[in-house]
Amino acid sequence: MQQYTLNVNGKPYQVTADEDTPILWVLRDELNLTGTKYGCGIAQCGACTIHVDGNALRACIMPVSAIGDKAITTIEGLSEDGSHPVQQAWVKHDVPQCGYCQSGQIMTAAAFLKKNPQPSEEEIKGAMHGNICRCGTYNRINAAVKTASEK
Amino acid sequence: MKLVDNNINRRSFFKKTALTGSGLILGFNWMSYGSLTKIETLNQLPKEWHTINAFLKIAENGMVTIMSPNPEIGQNVKTSMPMIVAEELDVDWNRVTVEQSPLSNDFDRQVAGGSQSIRKGWDSLRKAGATAKQMLINAAAQQWKIDPANCTALKGLVKDANGNSLTYGELASIAASLEVPENVKLKDPAEFTIIGTERGNIDIKAIITGKPLFGIDTKREGMLYATALRPPAFGQTLASFDDTEAKAINGVKEVIAFGGDEKENILNNKIAIVATSTWAAIKGKRVLKAKWSVAENAESTPKHDEAMKALLDTEPKESPRKDGNIEQAFAEADEVIERLYEAPFLPHNCLEPMNFFAHVQNDKADLYGPIQTPKWTQDTVAEQLGLKPENVSVGMSRMGGGFGRRLYGDFATEAAQISQLVNAPIQLQFTREDDMTAGTYRPASKYRIKASLKNGAITGYHLKEVAVNRNMFGLIPHFFPAGAIPNYQVDLHLLESNITTGAWRAPYTNFLAFAEQHFFDELAEKLNVDAVQLRLDLLEQAKPVAAKDEAIEYSPERMQNVIRLVAEKGQWNQNLADGIYQGFSAYYSHNTHVAEIAHLQMVDDMPQILKVICAVDCGIVVNPLAAKNQVEGGIVDGIGHAMFGNFSFDEGKPSAANFHQYRLIRNMEAPEIEVHFVQSDASPTGLGEPSLPPAGGAIANAIYKATGQRLYKQPFVEALQSSRTKL
Repeated sequence: MQQYTLNVNGKPYQVTADEDTPILWVLRDELNLTGTKYGCGIAQCGACTIHVDGNALRACIMPVSAIGDKAITTIEGLSEDGSHPVQQAWVKHDVPQCGYCQSGQIMTAAAFLKKNPQPSEEEIKGAMHGNICRCGTYNRINAAVKTASEK
Repeated sequence: MKLVDNNINRRSFFKKTALTGSGLILGFNWMSYGSLTKIETLNQLPKEWHTINAFLKIAENGMVTIMSPNPEIGQNVKTSMPMIVAEELDVDWNRVTVEQSPLSNDFDRQVAGGSQSIRKGWDSLRKAGATAKQMLINAAAQQWKIDPANCTALKGLVKDANGNSLTYGELASIAASLEVPENVKLKDPAEFTIIGTERGNIDIKAIITGKPLFGIDTKREGMLYATALRPPAFGQTLASFDDTEAKAINGVKEVIAFGGDEKENILNNKIAIVATSTWAAIKGKRVLKAKWSVAENAESTPKHDEAMKALLDTEPKESPRKDGNIEQAFAEADEVIERLYEAPFLPHNCLEPMNFFAHVQNDKADLYGPIQTPKWTQDTVAEQLGLKPENVSVGMSRMGGGFGRRLYGDFATEAAQISQLVNAPIQLQFTREDDMTAGTYRPASKYRIKASLKNGAITGYHLKEVAVNRNMFGLIPHFFPAGAIPNYQVDLHLLESNITTGAWRAPYTNFLAFAEQHFFDELAEKLNVDAVQLRLDLLEQAKPVAAKDEAIEYSPERMQNVIRLVAEKGQWNQNLADGIYQGFSAYYSHNTHVAEIAHLQMVDDMPQILKVICAVDCGIVVNPLAAKNQVEGGIVDGIGHAMFGNFSFDEGKPSAANFHQYRLIRNMEAPEIEVHFVQSDASPTGLGEPSLPPAGGAIANAIYKATGQRLYKQPFVEALQSSRTKL
């Protein structure tokens, strides 16, 4: 077990964990930040997408020991109150069905729009292709990303 | 089509404790979830709640809490069912908050399954709202000492003819103490102001901010995390295990065999790893060394296929529908067409892997988590532990998908067993690999369909099903084309298997609809009739039969309506751009009529589905915003599994364990979807499943137009790839 100081959503956290522990389980089990979801554990579904220094990454395969002092943002820290333009666009389009994949979808979309603020529809689909939505809300996801890009 | 008389559970309307203190209400649900915005805008917290009936309570400030009785799997019942109560109560939707109700005898059918929540809940939800409204009116009339008939209620306010008014909040405490009226008047659909309007998902704010809504998010005092190692192949049992390395993992507390049943003489065949974190439990499982017996009766897909085909040539075990004389029709035919359609097993792959919380103590058990059948779980766990059902509580979390998988609470009973063994509250978590390999799969099935043609008409139709473990549900033999063809027969054959199987979104019809709708496309071509016209003609023939035959499930008129609507909206047979091909399909299931037209183009010999146009008759559309979402999702799901869904067994071992081996449809493969609802005043019918069955047929029929290739087996991608290799 190792001691780590993590910077999550702008706050420092002290955690003790085995060095191979994926940051996903540190967030969920140790820090009670359960908005980041477990879907596959092998970076195939995107449910666990978080931002590490602003880049969208899969928390399920990133060991806690690799984080260092990088800034982690989870869905809970994307905005204080759900006011991020991507979150607002999700409300506008009433995107979710079951809702389980949506924090990962939102985190992917938010990081993507930061790098490409005015994407084409094809670019949106390409950017969101790595996130599985088992309920099939893909069209609403794309429409919401488009709306957020127009803010 | 018959109107089903719902049995209303009178218990729902029995008087509850007249007053409920605010302490009960301002708990976790209320403060943490999406309702917060509403409370903020009201700028005051209710002090006192008055329970009017099992479905609702009203606070002194006019806030209304409506209980959502059914489990939420993404079908939107947590929003749509309370909308129905609120409509009849006549309250402003902005004043409503929704709570997931616990499992309770006050409610009937607390199940998510068969797309039946809204249909079966319709009458009781309306009566719950209307009864409460009448009680509020009666309370006002009592205050004013006038006849209740001279009072009206609207938007949370009761008024008399002289301009006096009292709010629901002011009346709630008196109303809660009054007699429950026996008969109440329900609104005419023309008076609806909430039903039929677009209302956002009640949990939207909690979802987009990552609040703990799902079973996997459960945290309880002293809770440990558990995983389980199960036999790697069906037919294997646990021989022995060595837990030395597993116990050496930081955080692993116990490694213990479970799953046996002394009464049934079944030995333990699974091993639980209980730890202080999920990761420790996963790691413990990875290094746990188990020896498994050589699989007895190990089953493999090629053997299944052989056995199933052979069964189709034997006498059926049952023929649930026989009209006319198919033998004679075939003997007299100009031409007989016979085709075989083949479907693989499928895992459900809910994105939230199976999990459940259990805390078993001496005389009681608390369970909580994602389950479509909480009552079944309560009864089963009670029996398993030797407890009374009333001492087993089952709480329902929001679910990360259901698709039928969470009808089977094996994960809940496992959690209870493990909690009992380690004497601690535990959260059992399936890894994705556990979820995919310890599934309750869609049974593999094959359909042999044979039709006789004579003088340009279809005179006979013989549908033979062979399925693993269970045959089609009893209503399905009476779906289209039953009634439309004079000589018609359905035969059932069964292959018993040790692979666990169960309902998978739109059971049986999720594949049967493709088989039949692709077959009819072929028949239309043989008869040289337009594919849409052939369906309309057959439905015309079905009308007199359906009028007399109570067993016929669908309505030929409603089916024709959706077909005509989709043909118009989908530009059937109109000029399309070069290289764009159309396919048509229509299917009735879950009491709902659906027709779809797919537009696609071929790119590198693979179909790119551009657009699906869909017409739906589900009666009254309670919440069009969510209804459209359901239809869109069903189509994407139907296309995805028809194109890519494949799963097989080799000596009892599943062929895929995670998403790198099992292809689900992704963003770029989803077509644009246009949904058109038929305007209707009929009571609402199912919507979680019915748009799925026609999708496979619509794209197969379009692929045929584009390529000339008929598809007889799912997933389509395999047949298309192999024909590409041959070129």
